[in-house]
Amino acid sequence: MDDPLLIAGESFNSRLIMGTGGMPSLDVLDRALVASGTELTTVAMRRLDPAAAGSVLDLLAARGIRALPNTAGCYTANEAVRVAKLAREALGTDWVKLEVIADERTLLPDPLELLTAAEQLVADGFVVLPYTNDDPVLARRLEQAGCSAVMPLGSPIGSGLGIRNTHNIELIVESAGVPVILDAGIGTASDAAIAMELGCAAVLLATSVTRARDPELMAEAMRLGVAGGRLAYHAGRITRRRYAQASSPPAS
Amino acid sequence: MIVGGGVIGLSIAWRAAQQGMRVVIADPAPGQGATHAAAGMLTPIAEAAYAEREIFALGQQSLLRYPAFAAELEQAAGLPTGFRQAGTLQVAYDSDDLAVLEELRALQDSFGAATCQLTARECREAEPMLDPSIRGGLLASDDGSLDPRLLATALLRAATTAGAWHVPQQVAEILTEPVTSAEVGASGPGAAGAGTNAAGADPGLGRASGVRFADGSELAAPAVVLAAGWESAGFAGLPAGCAPPVRPVKGQILRLRSTATMTAAGLPPGLLRRTVRGIVRGSSVYLVPRESGELVVGATQEELGADATVTAGGVWGLLRDARALVPGITELALAEVVAGLRPGTPDNAPLLGPAALPGLVLATGHFRAGVLLAPVTADTISRYLVTGQSDPLWAAFRPDRFPSAGARPRQRAATTQQAATQGAATQGAAR
Repeated sequence: MDDPLLIAGESFNSRLIMGTGGMPSLDVLDRALVASGTELTTVAMRRLDPAAAGSVLDLLAARGIRALPNTAGCYTANEAVRVAKLAREALGTDWVKLEVIADERTLLPDPLELLTAAEQLVADGFVVLPYTNDDPVLARRLEQAGCSAVMPLGSPIGSGLGIRNTHNIELIVESAGVPVILDAGIGTASDAAIAMELGCAAVLLATSVTRARDPELMAEAMRLGVAGGRLAYHAGRITRRRYAQASSPPAS
Repeated sequence: MIVGGGVIGLSIAWRAAQQGMRVVIADPAPGQGATHAAAGMLTPIAEAAYAEREIFALGQQSLLRYPAFAAELEQAAGLPTGFRQAGTLQVAYDSDDLAVLEELRALQDSFGAATCQLTARECREAEPMLDPSIRGGLLASDDGSLDPRLLATALLRAATTAGAWHVPQQVAEILTEPVTSAEVGASGPGAAGAGTNAAGADPGLGRASGVRFADGSELAAPAVVLAAGWESAGFAGLPAGCAPPVRPVKGQILRLRSTATMTAAGLPPGLLRRTVRGIVRGSSVYLVPRESGELVVGATQEELGADATVTAGGVWGLLRDARALVPGITELALAEVVAGLRPGTPDNAPLLGPAALPGLVLATGHFRAGVLLAPVTADTISRYLVTGQSDPLWAAFRPDRFPSAGARPRQRAATTQQAATQGAATQGAAR
C-alpha cells in the first residue's frame, strides 16, 4: 500500500523516526537504524560536533537517513532558539525537533516556553516539530503557531511506560491538521502499534531500542509494530461487544 | 618503531625492549593524551555491556595479568604505579537505578563473572560515606585501580632502562616503500617477519618502512606500531583504507583532594576504600580513591570531535551525581578538571594486530579501557613483533573487521534485503 508520511511537503516511506541517544556503540546504532527502516533520525545538537569525522552524522549520511536536529537539554525558549539556529548553520537544514523541558527529573515539556520558542522559530522560517505534552489544547495552539507537526508524549522520555492517556492522543489526532507523531514513552513494539492504531502519523522512539538487550532486534520489532499498527488503522478495528459473536454463522 | 607514548605504546615499548628488540618510541609528550585524563579503573566486570562479551573477556585476561605486570614494572622502574586491588562497589541511587543494576547483575552472571549482591546496609558498612538513600549494590572484589600518570612515568623509565629509545617528536607521516612480488607472502621470525605478515595484502600498497617526524627527519623501521590513540587515524602516508577507524570521544574528569584543614585535623586521607561506581537517576558516575587521598570523579562521554574543552555542564553533572552518592565530597578541594579524548571505534573494541599495510601493526582504539588492556596488549603485540605470531586473543579485534559500511555482514536474514537496498547508497562512503 502506497501510504507515505508527509511532513512539510516532504515524503517518507517509513513512519518510524529514530533517536540516537544512549546507543552502546556506533556499530550497534548503525545496525539498529538499518533494521528500523527509518528515513528520519534525530540528533542532539548539544551532544555532537557536526564537523567531526566518524560521527553519528557520517553514519546517517552513509545510510541515506535524513538527520533531524533537536534541541534536547534546553530549559528556556531562548536556549532552544539558539540551538536551533546553530543546527541550521551546522547541518544546513531548517527542520528542527523542538524540545524545551521543564526539569531533568521528569523531562516533561515546559508548555509556555515551548510555545514561545515555536512562535519565534516559525517566524524565523524553521520547520518546527515540537515535542509536547499530551494536551489537546496545547497541540492545537502549536499547530496554530505554524508548527509542521505536533509530537505529543505517550509518557515521560525513557520511561517505557507506553501511552498513558490514549484518550488525549485520540483527541489530538481528531482535531489536528498536521501530522501527529507519538514521541516518548514507547516501551515495546505493541506500544508503537497502539500509537499507530490511534491514528498517529508516525512514532519517534529511542530508549526502547537503545537500551534493549538486542537493539537491532528491537528496532526491527518496532518497524513491524509501526507498520502493523498503521495497517490496522486503515483497516478499521471492529466494534467492541459485550458478548461473543460466532465468527461463522451457526448451522440451522 | 612505536608511534604514540600513552600507556599502550609505552607498555609495548617496555615489553619489546625486554625481549631484546631495538625499540624507538615517538611522542613529544608521553603520557599526556588519554592516559593523562584516565581514572585508572581496572574493572572489566563493571564495564560489561551486552554484545561486548569479547571486550569483557579480554579485560578479564588483562586484569589477571595486572598484579604481576605492576609488580615487575615497579621493580624495573623503581617507581610506584599506585596499583591496588581493593575491588569495585557498584551502587544504585533510586529504585529505577536498582532495576538497571539488577539487569547488569544478570548480564555479569551470563558472562560468568562473579559479583556479590549487597543490600543497602551492607553497601554502607563497606563504604560508610555513601549516602543513606543508596538502594543496593554489587561488589566485585577482584577489581583494581592504579594511577595512570604514575603508570606512564614508570613505563617510560622501564622502557628506556631496557634499551628503548624515546624520541620526543611528533610523527608527521608513515613512510612506505614498494614491495617486490617475491617478498609478498614471505614470512619469517623477527621484525622482518612481522613486516610481511598481513595475509592477502595488496602488493600495490607497499610496506610501512618508517616514519617522518615533524621536523622533517626520517627514521627507517621494519615494523611500525600505531599506538597513538584517537590520532592514529590521521597520519599522512597511510594508504586509503589503512587508516584505523578511530574517533575522539571526549571525557571530562575531576580530581578532588583533602584540604589542608582536614590533614591538619588528622583525618584519614580519602573518603572511600575502593572504587565506587553509581547509577544516579539513570546516569553513570564513578569515584576512584587513591592511596594519597585523591578522589577521581568521572567521566562524561561526549561526541564532540577533537574538542577538549572543560565545560560548566560537564563539571556540574559529575559533581551532581558524585554528591548524590557521597555527600562528603563537597568538603574536598577541587584540585583539577581535565578533558581527555578516548580513541573510540565503531564497536567500542580495540584494534589489535597487523594492518592491511604490511609492516604496520595496530594497537589502538582501546576506548575506555586503555589502562586495563595495557598488559594484554603489550604482551601479545610485543610477541608478535618478535615472532610474527598473531595471538588467538585478537580474534575479535582484528583491524580488518570493519569492511566498508555497506558491505558489513548482517547477523539476521530478515534484514538482509534492507541492507542490500541501503548498501547501494553507502558505497564509497568514507569510514
